[in-house]
Amino acid sequence: MNTSRTLLGLLSLEPSYGYDLKHSYDRYFGAGKALAFGQVYSTLARMVRDELIRALGEETGGGPDRKKYEITAAGQDTVREWLFTPVVPSEHLQSELFAKTVIALLLDDDADRLLDVQRGEHMARMRELTRLKKDADLLQVLMCDHGLFHIEADLRWIDLTSARLIQLKKELQKA
Amino acid sequence: MSTNDTTAPILSARGLHHSFRHTAALRGIDLDVHAGEVLAVMGPSGSGKSTLLHCLAGVLVPDGGSVTYRPAGRSPLETSALGEPKRARLRLTDFGFVFQFGQLLPELTAVDNVSLPLLLAGTRRAEALRRSSDLLARLGMDGMGAKLPGELSGGQAQRVAVARAMVASPAVLFADEPTGSLDSLASENVLTLMLELVRETGTTVVMITHDARTAAYADREVIVRDGGIGAGYRVSA
Repeated sequence: MNTSRTLLGLLSLEPSYGYDLKHSYDRYFGAGKALAFGQVYSTLARMVRDELIRALGEETGGGPDRKKYEITAAGQDTVREWLFTPVVPSEHLQSELFAKTVIALLLDDDADRLLDVQRGEHMARMRELTRLKKDADLLQVLMCDHGLFHIEADLRWIDLTSARLIQLKKELQKA
Repeated sequence: MSTNDTTAPILSARGLHHSFRHTAALRGIDLDVHAGEVLAVMGPSGSGKSTLLHCLAGVLVPDGGSVTYRPAGRSPLETSALGEPKRARLRLTDFGFVFQFGQLLPELTAVDNVSLPLLLAGTRRAEALRRSSDLLARLGMDGMGAKLPGELSGGQAQRVAVARAMVASPAVLFADEPTGSLDSLASENVLTLMLELVRETGTTVVMITHDARTAAYADREVIVRDGGIGAGYRVSA
């Protein structure tokens, strides 16, 4: 997730203090993983430097949380560009699992078990997200669904690979 | 999870073997299902999931091995040793069934479909209709009891099927791909309602699904592969 662009997107709604921005972010996107204040302020500082936002003057009392920020025209353009540029589908998990599977087969180790263990981990996370949905508002439900569908996609890869392990092992032995 | 590990499982399968002609469907399955738990049975097509469910539910008698059912307050029964009439009776009184395609009787209204198990078990018609209507309302189908299955959406028809399976308060609900024919949203609605109901009543569920999102509603899952249960793959919530 692009935290910087997401914060910029929130700032395009209305000028905001760093403190309030962090809480808006946590409310919409935190899902139990709140943003650190340090990350918010360093991101804001970078965005000021890049002229995507500007500080609206400092209130007495000092400290970074006393500054209110507003988005610039360049910032608005950046948000629009970010919104409508498709995200590169993540292949991280598959490539790591793929590497593990191949190494296990090369070592004549139990690749089936490795995939089963990963499947178990995925299912446990899916149960957790499914439980979270039970008492959640629609916003949280949609976020959980997003996670569920992604995990499901990984699981389908795991199942297919699991079904192809014997063939894969033969191919590796030939190579 | 509502499983009480100190009590004996409500269903136990030991060394289940079953073949169809020369094809082995089950090759020595051991499985315990605990009272009140929701168990998902997963696995590739043709792995033996449905055969396992049919053996657990007393629809099929396995070629080898045994299935023991332990009803609350009654003596355990080795269902795999019972004749068809006794198994049929048990299926009517103790078990409920939901299938992928609701298999509702098309010429009966929703409420009449739901009432069937009660009427077959000897409940008076007025009482059967009252309980069926109440359950349909509980499943969000208030006022739709007079509709014929053909007038219902897929999700509504499955809710009727769930009501029919649950109306006689079964101890165990067997579900074979209960939402396999539904889109994501309808599937979620049916599962949520079904799971709320079984959690409330303490009904044990054995649910076959190939869909991980459906299995995620369960307390745990087992995976059936080539007629056996995958070793090392029993994950508890």
